[in-house]
Amino acid sequence: MLDKRKIRLATTSLAGCFGCHMSFLDIDERLLELIERVDFDRSPLTDIKHCGPCDIGLIEGGVCNAENVHVLREFRRNCKVLIALGACAVNGGLPAQRNHLDLGQCLQEVYLTGEGLVNGQIPNDPELPLPLDKVHPIDEIVRIDYFIPGCPPSGDAIWKFLTDLLDGRTPRLGHPLLRFD
Amino acid sequence: MKQPTFLLDGMPVPFEEGQTIMDAAMAADAFIPHLCHHPEFKPQGSCKLCTVKANGRHVSSCTMQARDGMEVENNTPDLNDKRRTLLQMLFVEGNHFCPSCEKSGNCMLQALAYELEMLSPHFDQFYPDRPVDASHPDVLLDFNRCILCELCVRASRDVDGKSVFALSGRGIGKHLIVNAESGRLADTDFSLLDRAAHVCPVGVILEKRKGFAVPIGQRLYDEKPIGQQMERLAARTAKVEV
Repeated sequence: MLDKRKIRLATTSLAGCFGCHMSFLDIDERLLELIERVDFDRSPLTDIKHCGPCDIGLIEGGVCNAENVHVLREFRRNCKVLIALGACAVNGGLPAQRNHLDLGQCLQEVYLTGEGLVNGQIPNDPELPLPLDKVHPIDEIVRIDYFIPGCPPSGDAIWKFLTDLLDGRTPRLGHPLLRFD
Repeated sequence: MKQPTFLLDGMPVPFEEGQTIMDAAMAADAFIPHLCHHPEFKPQGSCKLCTVKANGRHVSSCTMQARDGMEVENNTPDLNDKRRTLLQMLFVEGNHFCPSCEKSGNCMLQALAYELEMLSPHFDQFYPDRPVDASHPDVLLDFNRCILCELCVRASRDVDGKSVFALSGRGIGKHLIVNAESGRLADTDFSLLDRAAHVCPVGVILEKRKGFAVPIGQRLYDEKPIGQQMERLAARTAKVEV
């Protein structure tokens, strides 16, 4: 009998703090069980730079700059199932707390007029992605199949969700795994 | 005479004449989701979370009087879908950033979102600009989290006799205001001893210098889902309020 094809999993962090990825690593020794069942594609764990065709994509962080938009669209193109991982991906989270401020004024204050600054300059290297006017949750840019809230979601919550999905069950987070904080 | 009863999801619930569906359900320890209702205050039926189907019609259970033999649907997928949508609209209209909120874990909006398994806000975020009012020496007002339940309005007017708070504007422009010419809480006679200082179901009215006394993860709704706390919700009075 043929071996079951392994599931391909890609992960990335957009406007996030990598806390959700740290939490993902909190599944600890269950990682060994996971790699029996999945191969990692693009992910900070593999250092693969671009996403190939995948079954599952996990996105941490919201969308705060032009590069985030490109990466998110690359994931959507390649992943059959795309999952928003954590508060920032779900509703913008901490980076979105700048949304009531004017971006131009923020840059001015941080790089030009802030206390103790001399000869300041707003970074304009062409390699730097341009910041967006507002930070957005990822489901405002592409279609998202599932959401795992939490800041970060616990390792147990991520494990429950992934194993539900891999086993063909409808993923479900009840008390006490479903948390927004 | 036999005590009148109605059926709540098929379960007989006895009630006194004049009691609302919510009152009777609370007394029977049956959970109906709600935000603007509080047993200490006159119900106003504005949040619509407690909507049930009574004899086939959608009604607010906090304002609808129970009738003998009434058949009430409460915990059904259809009603819970509608309630979840109401919650999602409340979440996107304000700035509900739970990870930095002192009320997280004690917040009824959040607890109901857990209860009804709201995984995403679904709608596009408004990200409104609502400056906080930190003028009062003892109390912080964070309007970002206001859900317009009017509990503080009712408490300040009906219990404290001060009318410190009111809602102003219409439709999406409706917002909580403070009854002072300057609009600042410091310029009112509001006090931490007021009933209104302790009724906010979300994180708008917060006591200063008391942040995170109980760590996140060990709070009211971290310990037990709100659906299993109807007894405590029914017993809310000035003394036991969180």
